[in-house]
Amino acid sequence: MDGIHDMGGMQGWGSVAIAPDEPVFREHWHGRAFAMGAMSMGLSGTNLDAFRHGLERLHPYDYLADGYYGRWLACAETLLVDSGVLAPGAVEARARNLAGESVAEPEDVEENKPVYERGGAGSLREIDDPPAFSVGDRVRAKEIRTDGHTRMPGYVRGRTGTIHALRPAALLPDTNAHFEGENPQHVYTVEFDSTELWGPDAEASKLRIDLFESYLEAT
Amino acid sequence: MADHSHTTDRPPPAVRAEALESLLAERGLVKSEVLDGFINRFVNDVGPMNGAKVVAKAWTDDDYRAQLLADGTGAIKELGFAGPQGEHIVVVENSDDVHNVVVCTLCSCYPWPVLGLPPEWYKDPAYRSRMVREPRTLLSEMGLDLDDGVEVRVWDSSAENRYLVLPQRPDGTDGLAEDELAALVTRDAMVGVAKVSAG
Repeated sequence: MDGIHDMGGMQGWGSVAIAPDEPVFREHWHGRAFAMGAMSMGLSGTNLDAFRHGLERLHPYDYLADGYYGRWLACAETLLVDSGVLAPGAVEARARNLAGESVAEPEDVEENKPVYERGGAGSLREIDDPPAFSVGDRVRAKEIRTDGHTRMPGYVRGRTGTIHALRPAALLPDTNAHFEGENPQHVYTVEFDSTELWGPDAEASKLRIDLFESYLEAT
Repeated sequence: MADHSHTTDRPPPAVRAEALESLLAERGLVKSEVLDGFINRFVNDVGPMNGAKVVAKAWTDDDYRAQLLADGTGAIKELGFAGPQGEHIVVVENSDDVHNVVVCTLCSCYPWPVLGLPPEWYKDPAYRSRMVREPRTLLSEMGLDLDDGVEVRVWDSSAENRYLVLPQRPDGTDGLAEDELAALVTRDAMVGVAKVSAG
């Protein structure tokens, strides 16, 4: 989906400062949100790709305002509510009660965890089909538009680059995030020249990015 | 699927976190001490000190360096570092002619087993948006000026491969032992936004 998360090449964000001696978790709740976010995938019967898509599904205002661990927290809630582990509104009501209000908390709902076939732990998979592309091949990133999850950033769409390396095959996030099957594929690191991505006046640099085989076509 | 909509009067995240934990705990789905253990691991045991050991060994042992560049995951596991967000780690080497820098434009993917959790600047929209488009300018703003003749390679971690930069060993460190070298290696140098200095 074309969401706020797809930040590569956006302009107007200003500069970046490196904070000295930054703690791992600046606030106590950051650690709690991180741990519960990590556990939410198992508790909801979903997966890492569904989690990443959950981040993308946050409202853009919330995505930015919540910060990194706020997003993890909101995403954990999204997955747990989607799977019926928690009722819609349960976290909000409990939070209001903890903050001193007195509001009714929703009744539990029926669990609705996704049912789908998994090919094992992690994301890497062995596949028998030979790779369609070889190192040095020229390839174009397809003009894929989807309402769902994808790991192809908008800034490479339609652009032409060169296969730099073949990486281990992996399940396809685009379908796995929606529990539509793992569809494992070959993964390639593709190199793009900065002028191909950002025009003739771009700073000289090379961009290397990992793309799934179905994202690519021969030129 | 119903998406979140923006609301201005949501309870603050610290309270929402407490609420979520209490709801999960009363269903027997999480235990406070399990969360504590998970958090403590990332505060105390998993961090850039792990990556620094990898780099220092590569600087002092040519065979290990060759192995690390050929099979990052395996060479790193030999030193005891593996786990989530480290399924396949690729090590990319800086030289006089090439400078590598790592970003994740879509979220904040980062090689946890060797660097721990990402710092705030890595997760900042400015870093995620600009590093792929104007890396030289952004690196300069972050304190790293590169000669025009140096090729800049930006790695966008868009799949499950994770990238670790092997920085150049600084001059003036010939006599140092491996642990002394590891103490010089910084997180920022292993992401590629800084160089290692001799101290």
